[in-house]
Amino acid sequence: MEEQLKIDFEKKLKDFSYSDQEKKFKETNFKEFLKQGFPNRKLESWKFSDLNQIIKSNIGELTFYNDYKKENQIDKIQLISDLEHNKLIVIDGKIEKIDFKFEEKDKIEVLVEQGEETIKENINSLINLNNAFSNKFCKIIIKKNYSLKKPLVIYHSTNKNTQSKNTNSRIDFKLEENACLRLIDIFKDNTEKNFLNIYYNFELDKSSILKNYKIDKSINNNVKYSYNNVKQEANSISETFILSSGSKFFKNEINCNLQGQHSSAFVNGIFDLDDENHHEIKSNINHLVENTKSYQLVKSVLEKKSKAVYQGKIFVSSEAQKTDGYQLSNAILLSENSEFNAKPELEIYADDVKCSHGSSSGSLDENSIFYLMSRGLNYKEAKKLLINGFLLDVIEKITDEEIKNLIKNLLGVKE
Amino acid sequence: MRDKQIEDLKDYKYGFSTDIESFKAPKGLNEDVIKFISNIKKEPKWLLDWRLKAFERLKVLKEPDWQKPKYPKIDYQDLYYYSAPKSFKDKPKSLDELDPKLLETYQKLGIPLNEQKRLNGIAVDAVFDSVSVATTFKETLTKQGIIFCSISEAVQKHPELVKKYLGTVIPLTDHFFATLNSAVFTDGSFVYIPPGVRCPMELSTYFRINASDTGQFERTLIIADKGSYVSYLEGCTAPMRDENQLHAANVELIALDDAEIKYSTVQNWYPGDKDGKGGIYNFVTKRGLCKGKNSKISWTQVETGSAITWKYPSCILKGDNSIGEFYSIAITNNHQKADTGTKMIHLGKNTKSKIISKGISAGFSDMTYRGLVDISPKATNSNNFTQCDSLLMGNKCGAHTVPYIKNKNSDSNIAHEATTSKISEEQLHYCQQRGLNPEEAVGLIVNGFCKEVLQQLPMEFAVEAQKLVGISLEGSVG
Repeated sequence: MEEQLKIDFEKKLKDFSYSDQEKKFKETNFKEFLKQGFPNRKLESWKFSDLNQIIKSNIGELTFYNDYKKENQIDKIQLISDLEHNKLIVIDGKIEKIDFKFEEKDKIEVLVEQGEETIKENINSLINLNNAFSNKFCKIIIKKNYSLKKPLVIYHSTNKNTQSKNTNSRIDFKLEENACLRLIDIFKDNTEKNFLNIYYNFELDKSSILKNYKIDKSINNNVKYSYNNVKQEANSISETFILSSGSKFFKNEINCNLQGQHSSAFVNGIFDLDDENHHEIKSNINHLVENTKSYQLVKSVLEKKSKAVYQGKIFVSSEAQKTDGYQLSNAILLSENSEFNAKPELEIYADDVKCSHGSSSGSLDENSIFYLMSRGLNYKEAKKLLINGFLLDVIEKITDEEIKNLIKNLLGVKE
Repeated sequence: MRDKQIEDLKDYKYGFSTDIESFKAPKGLNEDVIKFISNIKKEPKWLLDWRLKAFERLKVLKEPDWQKPKYPKIDYQDLYYYSAPKSFKDKPKSLDELDPKLLETYQKLGIPLNEQKRLNGIAVDAVFDSVSVATTFKETLTKQGIIFCSISEAVQKHPELVKKYLGTVIPLTDHFFATLNSAVFTDGSFVYIPPGVRCPMELSTYFRINASDTGQFERTLIIADKGSYVSYLEGCTAPMRDENQLHAANVELIALDDAEIKYSTVQNWYPGDKDGKGGIYNFVTKRGLCKGKNSKISWTQVETGSAITWKYPSCILKGDNSIGEFYSIAITNNHQKADTGTKMIHLGKNTKSKIISKGISAGFSDMTYRGLVDISPKATNSNNFTQCDSLLMGNKCGAHTVPYIKNKNSDSNIAHEATTSKISEEQLHYCQQRGLNPEEAVGLIVNGFCKEVLQQLPMEFAVEAQKLVGISLEGSVG
């Protein structure tokens, strides 16, 4: 693989005329990735999901070069029809289209940059890989006091003949004071054996609101990794909802720094897994100042040989008094071969805090099934009803009505 | 009266050292030292070979470094691996021949070794540095067929039992500190309860590190045969010294069909002074195997001492219907650090485990609960319940919870809850209103917080532990 990496990286450098600084940035990142390789189970945060092994057994040999000059067909993508929205389409890691047709033009600024180092510390080798191979990345700035009329939908897709390829994309958002953005990430790839590496950066200024819904529902055989880095100033709110279902492997990582007073973060997730899918959500909520709040709720329904992992961490620094942190994960194992692993972690250095977490996993409650069947439902219906109720808990946490209905329809969950 | 009592207890009262000549093995860790230890204990060849095998393995092992409390590198060549009171070169036959200074030491610690003077009927095995100095109530126990002696004695008198069970729960090839212990272990207790016997009294071991520059490596092996029951207590203290001392013990418990072992620890090693200088590194491997059907192992620990505590008493629930329990109070003050918790590994059907952990940190200390609950695919209908609560006093200390939860069986249930908070102003106010001073109020509230665990301790220990909880937190309020 090392050979392939080097060849592809050379090819990439030749493609564009990079400034010296950019070249240096890409080279440092590339070297770092070469040194570390794909994360494996020896790393604490990859203990439950050995990506190196997963790529080996599901993909085999990867190629890393993408021709960004090539035009990709965007009309093949099935767009969401029952919701008016702004679009951003990413195919094979390349941004093909940005369309803010419902918005005031001067309130949104789109910058296309070559890449600069926004995070100094090394997070993991996948971010290095992303920095080395991603195309020009895009930064979207929502101006002061503007809230988008319609949600922005980001479609992630691949060309239908793309295979055994690694694609990298990065999008940055900055929400200025009092701005509001509703963002839907939706995966529309139905290819196989690709590795999609996605990296988001969010900067939330004072009193801004970000609602981010990540939907991975359509069935595909790709391996995915997504990293959200959120920085929050005073009074800002971030809401993240993850529906993790369709892909072969998906690890969603949310890193949230609450660095302004009265800022709050909500992370909610649903694992709805079947077959041999293996998904993970890892959250890292850092309470850095006083009076911040976080809430996390993750529910899993696991069929067949699927495996779900939830690693949630609440960190409270010694300055962050009056922190309120809550975390809950529940899992239902429907098959004897399914597996649920959790590592709910608290790291607390301040004393005047209220932090708690809970985690449970087990089978469906036989008594409830019996009750429903005694009312005339058959076993399948009873099971479905119970699971619906179980998942509805999380869906009800979605604060946006329009999107809540969209997700309910997607999951076939009715009230 | 009470104030005086507290005043008396404020300092580490076990901090004295006994001026007793000791006989040591040469400094350093090598084959010769291992042979020396084995030779002085007149061990059979198989045990020496076993030790050397562990030493071979040790050469390739790396010291683990994933734990939360970091410590300066230990120079394993700069330690004495064997230290014994000089008068022990030829082991005294009875208590009358015991060095009076030793007796005095244990008197001071509140553990009279003279049976006549004892009222509470606990059989004690006292371990001083590397050797066991006395075991009491031997005759009463022998009548019932119970073997309770030092492990060195067991190697001589009951080699078949030791050979059969030693290293079956903590194998030679385990992690660094366990393997180090296998190579150089000096003494410890050995308990065998024959089938169907309910041990009539509490068995207890008292560990004391006296000599400086010594590591204490004791090994305890407890076997409860079919249908038997035993309750075992362990207490530890050490003198105040400026340097850090290493304590790396291995404890193996084996419960056969229908047997029950209850293992309680009150650990009060010297924690170092107020600035974090000195103190014991308590890196202990404790593991219990519920080998037979319907067996039960229960760990109770009160951890108040040591500069660094790093241990995870675990249960391997192999037999069907077996039960594992873990009750823990860990208190850290000043610059103490603790990374402790448990592992519950469910292998058999219908196995149950329960974890109750209470952590209290004050001063500049740091406390981590780290635990694993692993339900394997074959462990159908298993259950786990975990509750870990932490209490913080002041914003210079830390409390962390790192549970690992693995469920691979759809018929099994795992529930985990954890909370972190401080003592509420309301509770404090209420207690003070009734005439308690702030320190007494905190003591009372903390004791209430720990009650679930304290209840699990045998009577005598519970009283001691309750006092200890109060003392450990002295000076943390205000």
